[in-house]
Amino acid sequence: MNLVRNHVLISIDAGTIMAGARAVEKALVEEINKQGLSGEIAVLETGSIGATGQGVVIVVYPEGIYYANVTPADAAELVEEHLLKGRPVKRLIMTEMPKQHVIKKEKTGLLREQPRIVLRNSGVINPENIDEYIAEGGYEALEKAFTDLKPAGVTKEVKDSGLMGRGGAAFTTAMKWEFAARAPGDVKYIICNADEGEPGTFKDRLILEGDPHKLIEGMILAGYAVGATKGFVYIRGEYALSIERLEKAITQARLYGLLGDDILESGFSFDIAVMKGAGAYVCGEETALIESLEGKRGHPRNKPPYPVTEGLWAKPTVVNNVETLANVPEIVRNGAAWYRGYGTDKCPGTKVYTIIGNVATPGLIEAEMGTTLRDIIYEYAGGIKDGKKFKGALVGGAAGAFMGPEMLDAKMDFVNLKEYAAVLGSGAILVMDEDADIVGMLQSVLHFFRHESCGHCVPCRLGTNQLAEIIDRIAEGKGKTEDVDKLVSISEVMRDTSFCPLGQSPVLPITSSLRFFRDEVYSRVQ
Amino acid sequence: MSEKQCHCAEVQEEELYPRLEEVIMEHRGKGEDLIMVLHKAQNLFGYLPRKAQEMVAEGLNVSLNEVYGVITFYNFFSTVPQGRNSVKVCLGTACYVRGSQEVLDKAQRELGIKVGGTTEDRRYSLDVVRCIGACGLAPAMLVNEDVYGRIKPPHLMDVLEKYE
Repeated sequence: MNLVRNHVLISIDAGTIMAGARAVEKALVEEINKQGLSGEIAVLETGSIGATGQGVVIVVYPEGIYYANVTPADAAELVEEHLLKGRPVKRLIMTEMPKQHVIKKEKTGLLREQPRIVLRNSGVINPENIDEYIAEGGYEALEKAFTDLKPAGVTKEVKDSGLMGRGGAAFTTAMKWEFAARAPGDVKYIICNADEGEPGTFKDRLILEGDPHKLIEGMILAGYAVGATKGFVYIRGEYALSIERLEKAITQARLYGLLGDDILESGFSFDIAVMKGAGAYVCGEETALIESLEGKRGHPRNKPPYPVTEGLWAKPTVVNNVETLANVPEIVRNGAAWYRGYGTDKCPGTKVYTIIGNVATPGLIEAEMGTTLRDIIYEYAGGIKDGKKFKGALVGGAAGAFMGPEMLDAKMDFVNLKEYAAVLGSGAILVMDEDADIVGMLQSVLHFFRHESCGHCVPCRLGTNQLAEIIDRIAEGKGKTEDVDKLVSISEVMRDTSFCPLGQSPVLPITSSLRFFRDEVYSRVQ
Repeated sequence: MSEKQCHCAEVQEEELYPRLEEVIMEHRGKGEDLIMVLHKAQNLFGYLPRKAQEMVAEGLNVSLNEVYGVITFYNFFSTVPQGRNSVKVCLGTACYVRGSQEVLDKAQRELGIKVGGTTEDRRYSLDVVRCIGACGLAPAMLVNEDVYGRIKPPHLMDVLEKYE
């Protein structure tokens, strides 16, 4: 067997495929074969390395050199110059990249070395190969759970870690599990909510594309803790690559005896099915999601009863977000104390963000809870694009809140942001520079809610319509000052009377935009 | 010419019903599989014709009313024939602020159809989506399964013309 001298990692995700990653991969392999280097150099596929919009991205190890915007025509030069002669091709070297790749592992500068818990393997391993996941410590947590911890021990570890739901509501994960574990009944379910629909959010997609086994292991652990035997992943129908990789991973896990009957001879049986969503934002709400899984229109249910006692098919059901479940294997493997070493007291661990808009390097990042908005924008995302000034950010997607410059030093975590009447939500950060138009932003957000209102309850069905009409009027310059007041009062009534979080959401972007950009909004009305 | 094409499409559609029957057989009487079956049916036909809806209702033992209710609830399903190529412009917040409305306006003008419409030659259907998780590439557009990022209105037709 040949010893491989160089590893060439090529990022294969939705963005890079669009940019032609498959063609580049093919060209590289052909060129390597042509030069007779096939025994020395391995080309490996991996998930997102965190940079988006930089074309095809590859990394050459052991040097750790990142190349961006690579085309098939560059393959010959890369192989000849870098891989054969050891001279990196300067013109292709990535100059702008998300911060976690700038900080070398051995160096900790101003910021301390940034932990990657959820994304530890993303962009490092081949997501389509279970052996690579196992080599990185994958499925060790499962062994530990079966032999040492037992179900109660798994829950305890997760409880002690302080893990909160990463889908937006930030409910204590272990508490959900305990409720479901205690609920009477033999049949219980674990549902992974991968119906990522909050505008600006694509973290779950990249977690699934980069490291699908982490989710599978997290779901098995959750099932073991709760006493469930069946798991469902409810995933957005548009996420073709995520679905493909997840299904492949499930098949591999079954072959290895990690899913199915009597997993690792523990006596515990668990299997996972993938269910495609059909494009309804409201299905991100857990009871609407359950209705949809049952094959019905995704209308939210009355609560109580909560899903933990009566969920799917009226059985006790835990619904967790992808990122939440992806934290679980690391917590179980390394222990709650280790996890608490990151983040803040009230919100331990990390948060995965998608940072987009007018920043130099948009992309996917993972930062400790409590990192300031300033550090996220300026340290991780390279600051505002084209040297412009920061105007504000919409944090948490359409259901999130605007933050103005005075909030740059706010520590970002679930608990702390509440004090500022803001939310972390799904972790989408849309950054706006000085030229951004707040009314235009609101227009987009309010049109979104009108489109996605499911029609089940009156306040939301009529309210979202009214809000969209009013903001259109303001945008056209035909609005009056009363119209702005109406936006506030209608959205407040919706918050107080709507049936589910969808109708309760518009109040936050509306009031927060007025809080920071009051003069600008009023300057647009008569 | 166009009449002939329409005729061909109908003939093809007729040939697809036995395959739908096979799909339904796997889920016979299982109302809970409705969405899954509709996904498969739409994959076959490109949309959900009335006859297919009736077959699904009968096979899964749910009312036609329920089937129709589910189809119209979810954005993904369509009851009208679609063009050979589905063009979807993203109007999510990130794309919107980066000018996707102008891309959409351009597409409507060039194709001569409104959102939700299909060109007469059935080459394109035009629709909007609310965020496809490609915000880093805003403004983004989907043509069939392909994602296009940083679309500028002047280059829109260069992309679309690649799809026959």
